Amino acid sequence: MSNSLHGRLDDVQQDAGYDQHPPRMGFFTDTSVCIGCKACEVACKEWNDVPEDGMSLSGMSYDNTQALGASTWRHVAFVEKPLHPTTTDLGLPGMGAPGWDSHENGPASAAVTLPASEDQGAESGDSGVRWLMSSDVCKHCTHAACLDVCPTGSLFRTEYGTVVVQPDICNGCGYCVPACPYGVIDVRKEDGRAFKCTLCYDRLKTGDTPACAKACPTESIQYGELDELRARADKRVDELHEKGLDVARLYGRDPEDGVGGDGAFFLLLDEPEVYGLPPDPVVTTRDLGSIWAHVGAAAGALLAIGAASFVGRRR
Amino acid sequence: MRERAMVPEPEFESYYGKQIIKTPTWKTPDVPIYLFVGGMAGASALLAEGAARSGRPGLEGVARGAAAGGAVVGTVALIHDLGRPERFLNMLRVLKVTSPLSVGSFILAPFAGLSVAAFASHVSGRVPRIGRLAGLGAAAFGPPLTTYTAALLCNTAVPAWHEGHQEMPFLFAGSGATAAGGLAMVLTPAAENGPARRMAIAGAGLELAAAQRLKHRLGMVAEPYEIGRPGLLMRTARAMTAASAVVSLVAGRNRAVSVVAGTSYVAASLITRFGVFEAGLTSARDPKYTVIPQRERLERRRAEREHEDARPAR
Repeated sequence: MSNSLHGRLDDVQQDAGYDQHPPRMGFFTDTSVCIGCKACEVACKEWNDVPEDGMSLSGMSYDNTQALGASTWRHVAFVEKPLHPTTTDLGLPGMGAPGWDSHENGPASAAVTLPASEDQGAESGDSGVRWLMSSDVCKHCTHAACLDVCPTGSLFRTEYGTVVVQPDICNGCGYCVPACPYGVIDVRKEDGRAFKCTLCYDRLKTGDTPACAKACPTESIQYGELDELRARADKRVDELHEKGLDVARLYGRDPEDGVGGDGAFFLLLDEPEVYGLPPDPVVTTRDLGSIWAHVGAAAGALLAIGAASFVGRRR
Repeated sequence: MRERAMVPEPEFESYYGKQIIKTPTWKTPDVPIYLFVGGMAGASALLAEGAARSGRPGLEGVARGAAAGGAVVGTVALIHDLGRPERFLNMLRVLKVTSPLSVGSFILAPFAGLSVAAFASHVSGRVPRIGRLAGLGAAAFGPPLTTYTAALLCNTAVPAWHEGHQEMPFLFAGSGATAAGGLAMVLTPAAENGPARRMAIAGAGLELAAAQRLKHRLGMVAEPYEIGRPGLLMRTARAMTAASAVVSLVAGRNRAVSVVAGTSYVAASLITRFGVFEAGLTSARDPKYTVIPQRERLERRRAEREHEDARPAR
């Protein structure tokens, strides 16, 4: 039985009732080396047999996947912003990019001149476009709202500290969908049940690497023990700061944040909302005590109204 | 010089304007109807128990019928809303206090059984003692049935719902009381409907006060309750509830007035539930309701930290 509803939690599996368990496993997605190849999206679909999720052109740069969902467990976001070129060597092989006058051809909404300190994304040569690419995934929160609100017990905490849906139990109530502060889990309409990333639970069981991490050619997606990943991420962020890339920041790394830290966390090069991530997510059950207290008080008020209605006059 | 808005729309960034949290997949009208009938049934069970104790058989019959009928319709609506309705019994597989839907299932299931039993006994005249006991049980589960649905909505990441968790239970308690009182005003002879009238008036007061507080406390997060279709629904319901309360207070003993005011109470309660539900959908669809309050929270924390850091230097 899970006891803690929010705050720091160093042994999430023990809190979920595992006395003996393997270390907590997770993802560290270093978006500074993501090249937007979408191999992770494809590998995930292939391995997990996730159905097609719509074939359409979105007009959102190269992103036709658009968002995570019941049939999209990895989603590569593409952010393009025009800017003045100040190249930072990210340690990636580079090549010449087509010339593009951002001030004439760039998207109108993005035609903002950023202060020099912000001009630090993964830039494509001298094209004047700042490219941000990021492979998003379920965060496998320390305090997972989807798991908390699931009335059937279909969502559960695995021995690896990840959060997984059991499709044979889910009755499609949909409560997990609006509960997730990141908008990850969704109901597959034609099926009726909820689905999301399992962090390849089946592969973990045999000591394999999850499909997306295995397929990632630049090691933007790194899989491993969460403690080790956090140490590696801290080092990477320091390294980027030293190179002058002071916009680099970790997202979901802090065990003190609103969800107790993410099992899948990120290195970002801009504010989270630029990538479609909430800037300060909080697990809804943090307020559970207050919610139930108010529900109880309101029930008491109704009882009082009911009793008072019969006091006094006979008619 | 052109006039400028005093409070400019706060600027925020987003990913191509796309929403961050998911829109609830709960169906309309299933869920708003469930919220309405659940509230009506729960408060009706209270009315029925009071009527039984104070010797008002007419009112008792109507209220028992409303409790039982509401429970049955609510259960059907809830099961129909499931993606896999044939698995509805999985709702009773575990009991989790962290899931209002789980807790609610364990409120609704006994309430439905007890209220149907009490109504059947009242109508048939059989096993009156067991019927009375079942009615008492239904009255015990009634208030939580009426207010837990607020926890159902508020225990989500939907800003307009979650941030309103202090007021929503009272809003729903008031709305349930107006629906139960209103329905009994329509169907009960004037000689027995005094308690129904009083319940509806008190409910209206509670509901209107809670809605007002929610609006003021939440600021921009409450905007979905004010604008667009949900805004129209909320305003309409508010006007109808207030008008019904005034009319029933002044001339509620008149049979015809009672029927009109009662109908308006019931309709207003139903419209309120649609308004609250749809405001949540609006709130989920626009990233600004997710991003701006979270940004402000971060800024506040940053300012507090800086304040803390500055203090020892002095």
